[in-house]
Amino acid sequence: MRKDATVLAKRYGIIIVFVLLCLLVSAVCQYKVIRGEWPENAFTTRDNFLLILYQVSINGILAIGMTIVIISGGIDLSVGSVLAFAGMLAASFATSSAAVTPWSGSYGIAIPAVSALLAGVACGAVNGWVVSRFRIQAFIATLGMLLAARGFTMSLTGGNPISSLSPALRWFGTGRVFGVPVPIVILLVVFGCAWVLLNKTVFGRHVYAVGGNENSACTSGIKTNRVKIWVYVSSGFLAGLAGIILTAKTGSAQTNAGSSYELDAIAAAVIGGSSMKGGVGTVSGTLFGALIMGVMNNGLDILGVESFYQSIVKGVLIVAAVILDASREQADD
Amino acid sequence: MRGVKKRFSGVPALADGNLELHRGDIHALCGGNGAGKSTLLNILMGFIQPDEGEIFINGTPVHFASAREALDAGVAIVQQELSAVPDLTVAENIFLGAEPHRHGFVDFGRLNNDADELLKSLGYDISPTETMKHLSVASQQLVEIAKALSHRNADILIFDEPTSAIGEKDAARLFKALRDLASAGKGIIFVTHRISEIFEIANRYTVLKDGAQVATGNVADITREQLIEKMVGTPVDREFVKRNRPGTIPLLEVRNLTRAPHFEGISFTVHAGEVLGIYGLMGSGRTETLDAIYGLRRADTGSVSVRGRVLKGRGAGEALDAGMAYVTEDRKRNGLVACAPVGQNLSLSILQRVQKWGFVDSRKENRYIDKAIRTMRINPPDTRQLVRYLSGGNQQKVVLGRCFLTDPGILLLDEPTRGVDVEAKNEIYRLISDFAQAGGGAVIVSSELEEILGVSDRILIFRRGRLATMFSREDATPKKLLMAAV
Repeated sequence: MRKDATVLAKRYGIIIVFVLLCLLVSAVCQYKVIRGEWPENAFTTRDNFLLILYQVSINGILAIGMTIVIISGGIDLSVGSVLAFAGMLAASFATSSAAVTPWSGSYGIAIPAVSALLAGVACGAVNGWVVSRFRIQAFIATLGMLLAARGFTMSLTGGNPISSLSPALRWFGTGRVFGVPVPIVILLVVFGCAWVLLNKTVFGRHVYAVGGNENSACTSGIKTNRVKIWVYVSSGFLAGLAGIILTAKTGSAQTNAGSSYELDAIAAAVIGGSSMKGGVGTVSGTLFGALIMGVMNNGLDILGVESFYQSIVKGVLIVAAVILDASREQADD
Repeated sequence: MRGVKKRFSGVPALADGNLELHRGDIHALCGGNGAGKSTLLNILMGFIQPDEGEIFINGTPVHFASAREALDAGVAIVQQELSAVPDLTVAENIFLGAEPHRHGFVDFGRLNNDADELLKSLGYDISPTETMKHLSVASQQLVEIAKALSHRNADILIFDEPTSAIGEKDAARLFKALRDLASAGKGIIFVTHRISEIFEIANRYTVLKDGAQVATGNVADITREQLIEKMVGTPVDREFVKRNRPGTIPLLEVRNLTRAPHFEGISFTVHAGEVLGIYGLMGSGRTETLDAIYGLRRADTGSVSVRGRVLKGRGAGEALDAGMAYVTEDRKRNGLVACAPVGQNLSLSILQRVQKWGFVDSRKENRYIDKAIRTMRINPPDTRQLVRYLSGGNQQKVVLGRCFLTDPGILLLDEPTRGVDVEAKNEIYRLISDFAQAGGGAVIVSSELEEILGVSDRILIFRRGRLATMFSREDATPKKLLMAAV
């Protein structure tokens, strides 16, 4: 019986935490309404929920890529920089401002988008190659990429931002599909694809096996190096995608865009139950992990709590989530 | 130690452990795997507590509730797995955790002086300021001895297979150190698998078998053959399911396989319907050879061919495609994904067969998984249970199940019944026999004499990385095997 309860807690615990958090925030808001401080509950509106999802979309996409990497037993610190690089590249193909790069101009939607995704894939491929070929710790290899990709970003324009983006590119950030903002649609599509990838494909099984026990995976005939390369490629691809969205959302590509986003992505994955030891994790957990962070930011925002307190709360939450996981594992053994 | 008993979850590991050690003795503790040596020593060192029995030191009964208490009473082990911190100096290692200090700072002058004096008094020519990792393995062991003697006045020193990792020249240095210690009045317990070493260094011996002392006495009063006979004992008749008959069609041919320094010039053939046993001591290159045959490690030279086709050494995938499956020695290390469910472990090697466009066809997959759970009798028969919650025997059956699902022609098994209860063992023997009866060829490595004799049609003996000899099933006896292996 106890084991059943543990399994249930493990599977649905994150959702329960999410619901409780939402109830808590809305209760506090309702209290303000009752006290007459607020005309209406600012949290429980349709627009606010969409806003939360909109704010979560970029971290959500990065975190899903991070989850795949973490399940495989690695980590990708470079996603923030790769995001900036991809975003800058996309912007350079979709700007009407004077030549910031030798090639810059406005080339519709496909060229900027594809170039950004390819940049992400290329960075991911290099990460995967270094990690698998030279057996370098992922932490170090992707730390190298974190620095290098930031440098590429700045070298593209000599350190200048690119603005005056074409409406075609801006659609990724500001457009709507059936009334739903495009970033949210992309997040949900990415979530669906990643879920299928991890749960229904041979590749997904291989990712779990490599992360769970690389030696056993190897003995079982899995080409572990190939798996690892594709894992980092997917993470890079998603970082590229997130780069397009961020650039489109903000209307300009900044050289310092996305810095320290990798930490939020790791946080979402870990809160969502991924184990840094590898082999354990789900994209649905990660999605809720990202949502919990989003609701917390949003709730504290509308309640007017200073941002430094938000940071403290986030820090406590991450460590608490890991402690909870660790104690559960000890109880298991 | 008198009448020491210990049971692990009901299974007696030590039924009647006796050992008498005198000052100045080098006492060889012998016995095969599972004879109870480790249990006896662990009790002496306070790591585990005995269920019954008494321990006396200098005539006074003692009871060690912890390793600390045993150390304080003068019992010290010289680790075979080197426990030194490689980047610290010799002196720092010797006084690790007991550094002389002044006002909270380490007094390096005194540290190095004390270490130097200690090393000199033992006659070891080692500089206390040398970094540990720059020393030879033998010198590192001498430092370990110094460490054991440093902070406590250790009277009883335990050496657990100290020569397994070092060459003959280094072993000679170590033996000299042991003799010096013995003549200084220390009592030394010496565990080794190499019979010749016992006659070289020890003056007393104790043989354990099945958890009980079967013989003890002066080494001078016994011959090599008699000692081996005592270690082997009278074989207990155990039932081994054996129905296969070796055929004549060669399935697996290994030619002159070499990987320095682990093994050299290994050649043999496995025929259809045959179970080929490999017996050898730990470190004789058995596991490394299987790893190389399966492609987990590259061989320097030599070839492996399956049904006449030479493998190109492209790794496990190629071996699996050629019809080989490998049950590895250490299931936790490279056999199982412990944090994954039983089902996903079982199907790990056959995903390519149940996929379409890269997607797993779960209906097809489950048919395979159910079949494996049935034929392996995995308990509980729950595909979603995480493997790490299973018992050792059932974990091993999951490994076997994964291998059998690939429908192999050749099965490599490295210690397939290690840490497995008797019932599961018998089932594993039945599976091996059925596999060979159906025309498969199996290679089984085991350090259990009875097991290797019970299941094999032929037995190869590995000794120090070479193929020493071969016995047919009819010729093989426990004594002959052990004689050839040591």
